[in-house]
Amino acid sequence: MEFSLPVIIDWTIAFLLGSCIVGIIRIIIGPTTADRLTALNLVGSQVIALLVVTAFRAGSPVYLDVAMVYSVFGFLGVLAITRYLSKRSNSK
Amino acid sequence: MSWAAVVFFILGVFFALTGHLGLLKAPDVYTRLQTSSTCSTTSVLSILVACMLLSGISPFTGKVAAITIFFIITNPVATHIIARYAWEEGIVPWRRQQ
Repeated sequence: MEFSLPVIIDWTIAFLLGSCIVGIIRIIIGPTTADRLTALNLVGSQVIALLVVTAFRAGSPVYLDVAMVYSVFGFLGVLAITRYLSKRSNSK
Repeated sequence: MSWAAVVFFILGVFFALTGHLGLLKAPDVYTRLQTSSTCSTTSVLSILVACMLLSGISPFTGKVAAITIFFIITNPVATHIIARYAWEEGIVPWRRQQ
């Protein structure tokens, strides 16, 4: 088994895809909503890393714009979901 | 420069592995939040730094640096928002049974 750079990049992409599956398992079986939000945040950050590594491997910077927009909307999504579901904002 | 990038890739994979182990095996919302947040921040940071080391000085590096700065700011803030939501929901932190 050789440890050249493209092999390492391919194994990193495969590992990130497998770890997204682990996060999706926690999203499905999570007992509370906060567990699901935690796993969603983790899957979002793994997808950002996956997009950046894919952009380097493919040699096209188009994926970096996708990663930037995904990062912004992941953060805003967590903020909107917690604000929509919390009791304090509903009582006001 | 290539060997430093390989070291950062392996470091990122190791941190992500520990984070997902904690996400699956930890007993509570707050412990899961702690393990997954710290490990995801460090692993994504390591992988992005490896990509920046590999691409040298180029516009690619600038875009990856912008993504890195935004990610460093927003991921702990999102974790804090989730923790505050769990606390306001009334979830009691887990304690070891005596």
